[in-house]
Amino acid sequence: MSDAMIESIREFFRQLAETHPKWNFIYIYDPGVGERVLDGFWMTIQLSVVCVILSVVIGVVGAWLQRSHHVWARLLVQGYVQFFRNTPPLIQLLFFYFALGQFTPTYSPDGWLEQPVISNVGWAIISLSFFAGAFNVEIFRSGIEAVPESTIEASESLGMSHLQTYIYVILPLAFRVSLPALNNNLVNLVKTTTQAIVIAVPELLYQLVSIYNDYSTAQNACMVLMFVVYIGLVGILVLGMNRWERGMQIPGYGA
Amino acid sequence: MTENNWDSTQPIVSIKDVYKSFGALEVLKGLSLDVMKGEVICIIGPSGSGKSTLIRCVNGLNDINSGSITVEGQEVHDEKLDKLELRKKVGMVFQQYNLFPHKTALQNVMMAPVLVLKEPRAEVEQRARALIKKVRLEGKEDSYPGELSGGQQQRVAIARSLAMQPDVMLFDEVTAALDPETVKEVLVTIKELAQEGMTCILVTHEMGFARELADHIYFTDRGVIVEHGPPRTFFNDAKDPRTKEFLSQIL
Ligand SMILES: Nc1ncnc2c1ncn2[C@@H]1O[C@H](COP(=O)(O)OP(=O)(O)OP(=O)(O)O)[C@@H](O)[C@H]1O
Ligand SMILES: [Mg+2]
Repeated sequence: MSDAMIESIREFFRQLAETHPKWNFIYIYDPGVGERVLDGFWMTIQLSVVCVILSVVIGVVGAWLQRSHHVWARLLVQGYVQFFRNTPPLIQLLFFYFALGQFTPTYSPDGWLEQPVISNVGWAIISLSFFAGAFNVEIFRSGIEAVPESTIEASESLGMSHLQTYIYVILPLAFRVSLPALNNNLVNLVKTTTQAIVIAVPELLYQLVSIYNDYSTAQNACMVLMFVVYIGLVGILVLGMNRWERGMQIPGYGA
Repeated sequence: MTENNWDSTQPIVSIKDVYKSFGALEVLKGLSLDVMKGEVICIIGPSGSGKSTLIRCVNGLNDINSGSITVEGQEVHDEKLDKLELRKKVGMVFQQYNLFPHKTALQNVMMAPVLVLKEPRAEVEQRARALIKKVRLEGKEDSYPGELSGGQQQRVAIARSLAMQPDVMLFDEVTAALDPETVKEVLVTIKELAQEGMTCILVTHEMGFARELADHIYFTDRGVIVEHGPPRTFFNDAKDPRTKEFLSQIL
């Protein structure tokens, strides 16, 4: 797009804001505001990607521990899962940041101000990953239950260790069964990242709310953008997961 | 396995007075048998008599309550024994094939040697291809189990076990899930293996096969060996009424 075109688009929205004050798309024609939206968008992407990855790792490790011979390991995982599944993520965020945040050590990069080693973004990542991870543990567990005991025995009778059997036989099979449920949970996780606003993580919702607090006429335009971005984000995630699901399909196996 | 004094004049598998219960259900009640290197033995008997349990005890898939099972002189049910070491020596083929459905035939065969024996991939692949050829599945290397017939899957399973270069092979009713035409192709494979000198312990209902190939036949019922002997005597002059009844039903 040429500069002239961009300028004419901006001009159009500047005019629109004047003629229809309820539709002030300020982030389109004001570069400073546009910057805030992009920052928020980028933070949302980072938060989503990191939490998705961590929550899957937590799910895999948790499901492995649930098969452990140690009672305490199973109890620990069970306690964790119940806690995070049965409390609202909003409260988890507040709890992590305000309650646990008090006890974390601080450091002083410039010798003056004390900063906690875990920032609010850090706490949001931890809290949201554990939240979605708890569901992932259960999702993988039921996937693992669908793997026939006889397949596991075949693996072990070939001399494979429990860990090798888990990594190379159980997980790949369980994963395929788990994908639809995992899909739902990860979509939910991406949507839940908006709740990080309560601990002032500057993600998209936070930025847009602060924009329409500054420019009250921009409220409707901000709402519209919010929906558009999330429909887009979730759409991309779902498309990606569906592709993955198809890519993992085994010829002659399952539906 | 640790050093021991086993040599091939002693039984390669020795089962002595083995007892095994699942809870209150006593399945093996003092069972003994010896297998020499290169021997083919067949275990027959009615359903529920403990045949599967017995051979699963040999590679440690089931534990035992008392008695002893040794493979190459090494006690299997020794707390200190590394089960993985045992399983490198003892291959097992199951009734339901139990292939890894997410791996191709070739990958199924290669997996354990690469992961367990830590052999170089290229070397393993060569051996795996040779084994697939040996079980007459050339051209099916890249097929997934779901794309193969039961008989073909079972032959992949045999190749998969052989890839670990075991000293003893256990077969648990490996033709029981197959239709009559495909039974033959699997039996041919096992027959070749036996003729090459592989020690084989088979649970089977294929009496023709047992008669032709077995060095020794054991008839089990309710957890004990009722009668045993080389095929000729076993089939022609069975003495125990239970054996006679079983044979009359099955032959
Ligand atoms: N894991 C287990 N837990 C409880 N009982 C078991 C278990 N495995 C086997 N059994 C019981 O032990 C008995 C012997 O079973 P086993 O599978 O060894 O018989 P089998 O001779 O192989 O019979 P089939 O010819 O039907 O395969 C059966 O009564 C069975 O129900
Ligand atoms: Mg059986």
